[in-house]
Amino acid sequence: MGIKVYGPAASTNVARVLVCLEEVGAEYELVPVDMPSGEHKRPEHLARNPFGQVPAFQDGDMMLSESRAIAKYILRKGGSQLLRECNLSESAIVDVWLEVEAAQFSSAMSPIIFQCFVIPIVMGGKPDMKVVEENLEKLKKALEVYEARLSKFKYLAGEFVSLADISHFPTAHYLLGSPHASAIDAYPHVKAWIADIMARPSVKKVRELMKMASA
Amino acid sequence: MAPMKLYGEMTWNVMRCVVALEEAGVEYEIVPINLGTGEHKSPDHLNRNLVKPFGQVPALQDGGLYLWESRAISKYACRKNKKELLKEGNLKESAMVDVWLEVEAHQYSSALNPILFEYLIRPKLGGTCNLKVVEQNLEKLKKVLEVYEARLTKCKYLAGDFISLADLNHVSATLFLFATPHASVLDAYPHVKA
Repeated sequence: MGIKVYGPAASTNVARVLVCLEEVGAEYELVPVDMPSGEHKRPEHLARNPFGQVPAFQDGDMMLSESRAIAKYILRKGGSQLLRECNLSESAIVDVWLEVEAAQFSSAMSPIIFQCFVIPIVMGGKPDMKVVEENLEKLKKALEVYEARLSKFKYLAGEFVSLADISHFPTAHYLLGSPHASAIDAYPHVKAWIADIMARPSVKKVRELMKMASA
Repeated sequence: MAPMKLYGEMTWNVMRCVVALEEAGVEYEIVPINLGTGEHKSPDHLNRNLVKPFGQVPALQDGGLYLWESRAISKYACRKNKKELLKEGNLKESAMVDVWLEVEAHQYSSALNPILFEYLIRPKLGGTCNLKVVEQNLEKLKKVLEVYEARLTKCKYLAGDFISLADLNHVSATLFLFATPHASVLDAYPHVKA
């Protein structure tokens, strides 16, 4: 297939792509990009991802960026059912929760991840607890909505698992590994749902890659 | 078939849906929700079958289906009525549409929205425009526009030589940019302006 993914597995956006590749059983090569040294802003990488971010994705002569777009491409190519594109209503609800994942869940989690992981581990600094607290509050408001949803349905888009659920796992992985993992204890359905996603073989495999990368 | 109902006031997110609904030729009616009076956070609106649990607009009702998130609504409208705006069925082309749909959300709008908020929403909430926020985001926006300029120098539209939802999704926020003092930021990027 000639698939290459550029970026560190520890990046939530890279991990999102890797899990889809694992879900469809595709063969791929993970090419490291040394972000602490600024490799992602150099011309070679900019040719792959013009915004100087990770992941970049190559399949043959096609270059893609933006993890959620790459994820969809992989799932479509692999004939996966995780997008439900055969069904107009179902695919619409998957899309809604994918947007929610980006706009509500990950947008609150990214600053927390940056403060609790990137700053201490990569930059050798101290987290700004004010930023963490503000975003934990945002996260909790989002989790209330998720809890209500997951009290009614097994998964976000309905009774079937979809990309919308799996797209959460990289940020959930960091939440569980942070000092704030107990934030989800107040949301039993969310907690159970996260555990369900984390039990998927594809997710387990990528979590291992993420741990190796950040070690 | 009953027309779809779009709930919202004319913000750029609601307008994003309107552009898609119009392009797709869908029959729809707009049901105004007054953000100023907090109607979007009222139990009635929140209860529309968990329509808008985050209390935002827009929200769409099509028969028994309730959707929110402007980009999900726009996609649904296209998928239902005008699939060629998404190029689903063509693996490579749909991937390019998706890439630029994501770029619009995460790069373009993430820089543009704070600017629009400071000029257009902040005054309504009784505050004053925070120029520091505007400056920071204008810098981000310019960097993003450089990438767009490079892209649109090579291709007529974002996803290739065909117009797609990726292009349309930019219309609403860009139109609101013209209502701010910073419309001229586009002048440096002729292909983007065209």
